[in-house]
Amino acid sequence: MLEYRVEIALWAISGIIPFFMLNIWTNNSLNESINISNIMLSRYFLCAFFVRQFSVVWVVFSFEEDSLLGKVSPYLIQPLNPFFRYFTQHIAEQITRFPFALIIAFFFFIFNPESIWIPNLGVLFLSIISTFLSFLIQFLIQSIVACLCFWTEKASSIERLLFIPTLFLSGLLAPVASFPEYVKSWIYLTPFPYLIDFPANLLSGNKTNVFVGISMQILWILLFFQVFRKIWSEGTKKYTAMGS
Amino acid sequence: MVKNIIDVRNLSKSFDISSKEPGLKGTIKHFFRRQTKSLKVIKDISFEIKEGEIVGFLGANGAGKTTILKMLCGLIYPSEGSILVSGYLPFRRKENFLKNITLIMGQKQQLIWDLPPIESFYLNASIYDLDKFEAKKRIKKLSEMLEIDEELFIPVRKLSLGQRMKSELLAALIHEPNILFLDEPTLGLDINAQRNLRKFLQKYNKETNATICLTSHYMKDITSLCKRVICVHEGEISYDGKLDLLLKKLSPVKEILVVCCSEKDAIKLENSGFTVKNKIKNEITIKIENNSFTSSLKTILNNFDIKDLYINEPPVDEIIGKILVKKSYDI
Repeated sequence: MLEYRVEIALWAISGIIPFFMLNIWTNNSLNESINISNIMLSRYFLCAFFVRQFSVVWVVFSFEEDSLLGKVSPYLIQPLNPFFRYFTQHIAEQITRFPFALIIAFFFFIFNPESIWIPNLGVLFLSIISTFLSFLIQFLIQSIVACLCFWTEKASSIERLLFIPTLFLSGLLAPVASFPEYVKSWIYLTPFPYLIDFPANLLSGNKTNVFVGISMQILWILLFFQVFRKIWSEGTKKYTAMGS
Repeated sequence: MVKNIIDVRNLSKSFDISSKEPGLKGTIKHFFRRQTKSLKVIKDISFEIKEGEIVGFLGANGAGKTTILKMLCGLIYPSEGSILVSGYLPFRRKENFLKNITLIMGQKQQLIWDLPPIESFYLNASIYDLDKFEAKKRIKKLSEMLEIDEELFIPVRKLSLGQRMKSELLAALIHEPNILFLDEPTLGLDINAQRNLRKFLQKYNKETNATICLTSHYMKDITSLCKRVICVHEGEISYDGKLDLLLKKLSPVKEILVVCCSEKDAIKLENSGFTVKNKIKNEITIKIENNSFTSSLKTILNNFDIKDLYINEPPVDEIIGKILVKKSYDI
């Protein structure tokens, strides 16, 4: 992707779902029902856009394609787990997307000057960490699903099942705070709100429990990492090196 | 004594294969009731390979050559039996084992498609823990051996097949492995590129004493590189031994076209006890068994007035073709 400069810009622009959602929320005055001001809501969706930009993962599609075409084979006999390659690719592309995300934020502030704020350094630092942890959770979830290629060959279909809860429960379409209390208590037991809602709330300055949020993220990472190791070790025994 | 570097005992491999009948009915049936069966593609094979040997694996398509290579390098898990490569169980993929081997599979590439090969070389160098200075030294040495230079800086997608293959080889050899698994390395290359690649492999084997396991459908690869061949037929070893012995066995006679000075000399030669294939005027084609070839040739040269002489070796491809369809050979 880094070789195709226009693709990076298009990719960054394609992640503007949070801005559409902001528009829907503010035009219908839905924010009043959850006691969030217009300004805080617009900051939340801008932050959701940023978090999404730096935590979006596509490893399942890359691995599935490489696996079906036999490209994984040479990687498997190198002394480095192939997922590390995908991991570094993601990081490189996220860094490249950063200037484009800043440009989009600049235009956002031109149209919403009242939303301009400067988070303090401590919050910024914790938000970067939290966004990175969010990326790790998503990367591990998708890597686990990608490993199912060893059994099903079409693991991306399973990933699509995860897309729905990710979309609704992560905070991309609506802050988790907008859900009814009894639903919220269940949502917080899943990894989804720690993908976008928690880091976006943290960065935008909304009330959130930093310690609990980051601890939950680390907990999910540790859990998923163990699952990934197990499924990787079992899956590679099933590998048939098709297409090669 | 040269030690065994590869030791395979009673190795078998089965795959689960699903089959589908054509058409809509077949598709619906396949959707609801998928029929899978276990197919044994490698059947109880055993062999050893010594350090520094170049061994060719021969067999028809689907015979199981590539599956054997994949198991030897640890890419796929054996169903039964044991494999020891350089003292390691390949499938465990221990770091020291992986640093010792390489696998090149025809047109399956490990180079990053959109970047120049040099980027992949440095990436591989860091994967194999080589420092930049050492990596640079090895890239220089290998690129000289492979005769590639400017290509190193051109995106892979813009290179020709031959240039790509050379770059693949460089990427696969940057860590100087002791064991090379090559699955049809010359596939799709032109004659000159094939020859250069073979020359390179010979040189690499000579300089590093690397063990090379090779499969190829180009007989020239096998005859110019391998003294020993393992023939695989439907997952079983049909022959394991010296290539020249096999060729002699399968082609026990040579044909000689003798151009005599006169037709009279040709008649004399025809009646001298040799097996004559045909005779046209002063030209006579005779068949001589391999084991009496030199003495028979001497007799002809000493006792008959001859103008010219041609030795016709049967084409290797033709002989090897016989191997691919037979179950076993006792030499």
